[in-house]
Amino acid sequence: MSLWGWVLLAAAAAYGIKLFGYLLPQRLLDHPVFIRLAMALTVGLLASLTVMNAVGKGQAIVLDSRLLALGAAAVALWLKAPYIVVVIVGALAAALGRLAGLP
Amino acid sequence: MATLSPATRMGLSITAAVGVYGISFGALSVASGLSVLQTCALSLLMFTGGSQFAFIGVVGGGGTGAAAWAAATLLGVRNGVYGMQLKTLIRPQGSVVPLMAHLTIDESTATATAQPDHDERVRGFWTAGVGIYVFWNASTLIGALAGDAIGDPGRWGLDGAAVAAFLGLLWPRLKGRDPIALAVVATMTTLIALPLVPPGIPVLLAAGTTALWWAWRQRTERAS
Repeated sequence: MSLWGWVLLAAAAAYGIKLFGYLLPQRLLDHPVFIRLAMALTVGLLASLTVMNAVGKGQAIVLDSRLLALGAAAVALWLKAPYIVVVIVGALAAALGRLAGLP
Repeated sequence: MATLSPATRMGLSITAAVGVYGISFGALSVASGLSVLQTCALSLLMFTGGSQFAFIGVVGGGGTGAAAWAAATLLGVRNGVYGMQLKTLIRPQGSVVPLMAHLTIDESTATATAQPDHDERVRGFWTAGVGIYVFWNASTLIGALAGDAIGDPGRWGLDGAAVAAFLGLLWPRLKGRDPIALAVVATMTTLIALPLVPPGIPVLLAAGTTALWWAWRQRTERAS
């Protein structure tokens, strides 16, 4: 099959998986236990995504200027800065780190 | 900005933080041997960054189309879990589900689930989902056409912005011992799994250990 074929098949599979979650019966998802579990999973998911974006690079752990971003964002959050400020502070910290010659 | 709801502002912020990352995807994809049209097709039709990077990574490394398909598909499994979660929390009407499913990615799910009530979740989901879709596709095209001329987005701190964006979504939920314990469990799982399994799988494993920890806590609470 041509590369085009695989591009379209992969897109179809990605969409099918996304749709699958929505097609489970609401009766099952309505169970109070499931709702509480969904809230717990949210915390786990966000923590995992934060760590992955902070130190993950493909299949390796790489420590670089993104850690400065993590630290700076944590300080901003601790000081109760608005969300957009937290994001900008993170970008600035990483950019300054790179400007200073850090990886 | 002052008249926008917190969820909308959050959605716009995360759009700005990650939307432009499509530039690096576009540039890398063309460098991996895909055409500009194929590159844009991936962003338009697949629309899940991790899977897209996996697909072009395999192709660029000389892998087969089938291997690229498998890597991308495996990475996309977490979106199915997001769908279950969003259906539970948002209760979408049947008619919007096909569109909602397409916009179901890390960032839109994270923005939606981080909100305190139903209406804000809906606003958060759509702002982040539509916003990132537009920016991601526009920046993919720019990256594919401009190639290496733009340089590394890391120089502009964009990867740091993404880290801050996710931490900002997590932070308000860390109230009390249980959420903090859950976050620690997920963090440890991710760090241990990262070097051992293909990209995208650590998040799924973290979801698994989080669920196990949660189930164990439910039991011990009921027992005491």
